[in-house]
Amino acid sequence: MGDRTGLGGSRKLSNGACAALLLCLLLAAVLISFVLGRYPVTPVQLAGILLSRIFEITPTWTETMEMVVFNIRLPRILMACMVGCALSAAGASYQGVFQNPMAAPDILGATSGAAFGAALAILLRQSSAAIMVSAFIFSMMTVLLVIFVAGRARGKRVLGLILSGIMISSLFSSATSFLKLVADPSDQLPAITYWLMGSLSGTKNKDLLFAFIVMVIGLIPLILLRWRMNVLTLGDDEARTMGVNAGRVRFIVIISATLITAAATSVSGMIGWVGLVIPHLTRRLTGNDFRRLLPASMAAGAVFLLAVDNVSRCLLAVEIPIGILTAFIGAPFFIYLITREGERY
Amino acid sequence: MSLEVNGLSFSYGTRKVLDNVSFRVEAGELLAVLGPNGVGKSTLFRCMLGLLRDYTGECKIDGESINNMNARQLARRVAYIPQTHYPSFNFSVFDMVLMGTTARISAASSPGPRQKELAAAALERLGISHLSSRGYTQISGGEQQLTLIARALVQETRVLIMDEPTSSLDYGNQLRVMSEVRSLAHEGYTVIESTHNPDQAFLYSDRILALSEGIVAACGPPKEVLDEALVSRLYGVDVKIFSLDSDKHRVCVPASPEVSSRYSDGAH
Repeated sequence: MGDRTGLGGSRKLSNGACAALLLCLLLAAVLISFVLGRYPVTPVQLAGILLSRIFEITPTWTETMEMVVFNIRLPRILMACMVGCALSAAGASYQGVFQNPMAAPDILGATSGAAFGAALAILLRQSSAAIMVSAFIFSMMTVLLVIFVAGRARGKRVLGLILSGIMISSLFSSATSFLKLVADPSDQLPAITYWLMGSLSGTKNKDLLFAFIVMVIGLIPLILLRWRMNVLTLGDDEARTMGVNAGRVRFIVIISATLITAAATSVSGMIGWVGLVIPHLTRRLTGNDFRRLLPASMAAGAVFLLAVDNVSRCLLAVEIPIGILTAFIGAPFFIYLITREGERY
Repeated sequence: MSLEVNGLSFSYGTRKVLDNVSFRVEAGELLAVLGPNGVGKSTLFRCMLGLLRDYTGECKIDGESINNMNARQLARRVAYIPQTHYPSFNFSVFDMVLMGTTARISAASSPGPRQKELAAAALERLGISHLSSRGYTQISGGEQQLTLIARALVQETRVLIMDEPTSSLDYGNQLRVMSEVRSLAHEGYTVIESTHNPDQAFLYSDRILALSEGIVAACGPPKEVLDEALVSRLYGVDVKIFSLDSDKHRVCVPASPEVSSRYSDGAH
């Protein structure tokens, strides 16, 4: 049915080809990421290290290499993939339920809430685990506040949500600025600033587990509701006449997408643009059908963030915060997309 | 399936839009709801579709009040065919039609082979199978309207509600779409459509419901109730209705030259 679900005339790939392409890209990106880095590991050594976990192989590599691969690069690779996957799945979902191709994971304030939570925890000199938890809690609280305010707003529901999101985001951004003002400029202020730039360095296994569990909980409803999201893009009234309880589906999707955005932001800091650019790019491959768009966006997001993270740790001697790079790559790329083929959607 | 509206009244704030509207449509019947812009045709439809719930009076399908049904239950009984529109996201014609099956599959699933067969059959039925993989926003208005009708058919309801199905179509497409609608009613569907056009009501409808300022001005077979006085009461213009071909057809034309010249002036 691949030929049926695509949009005629344009170059849409069949389901199989699309999945194969993305999975090959992902596998290649993962393998390359293991080899890249300051500490040299050759591809042959890497193959040996990885296979030695399954087969008995006499080591041709040092123990340090094994440690670098498993304890430093592996967690970071996994985290980059998870965060990229989560942010672009959330972006694609937000775009669907707001019937707006410009919606992004931070539209309802999830990231500005996380930033405030992290800044607050840093100001109170909490541990890194507490910073993560605080970012997560404030992120969820911000979005619930936005939904609460939007519920009282008059006029169109979707517009009310977006406007409430913008207002409350800016409120939390001001609060974060205030925290930076009162923070100790010798250590707290740089810590807050650095966190806000976003980074995957120093990923620990327990962060991985936390992010993984929360993301799975959030992704399951999105994957299950992917057909209903198709119907919802036609507008609330039309969706209702086809038996979709638009308000309820939107609420579940928003909560789930926020959950995974909050989980991603709390472990990685502010990483912008992924949720907007990747679903757009993926649409060119799969069309707007969420049955294909959602899984494809997840894979593409993982590949993208992993690639950018490699640049972030290898380009200069000092690591460049990944949030800066995603903006540097994302913004021009997005301009290219809208000027070249804006009318395709 | 019969659809019955009893004493329906609805107000937006203090402005009463519908006042004590009652009528009944049986299976196999095509009812045209006639009236000027803003008379409450869309509001009436929104009440019957369960999109507006805080009205007084009753809307019943086979004797069961729709206010006791949730969106899913109602969507299995009544299908809505909106005016052609430009959605924010483009889908293939086939997927657009497939969306009509949503009320019959479980909330967490996607359409399966049976639903895909239904969609393919509906496209075939309306003669637009060749468009199946085209993008919905890339086809003509008439084709879009046929797609939306196909979508309503796969919903497997017996009641179809259509909001001005021909308002944005050219002359040929108007006739094509309306003859499809007419033949659906012949097959036993209960069809309710709104229209501005008295000629269309004469040509295709079994009965008309004329709304004027929120109340029912007339209800009955077009040849019995749709006369010159009613048209001028509804639209505020003088018309003449002519009978052609030993009353097989009736047409409605503007009566006074002033009216027609006023229109042509307006066009310049």
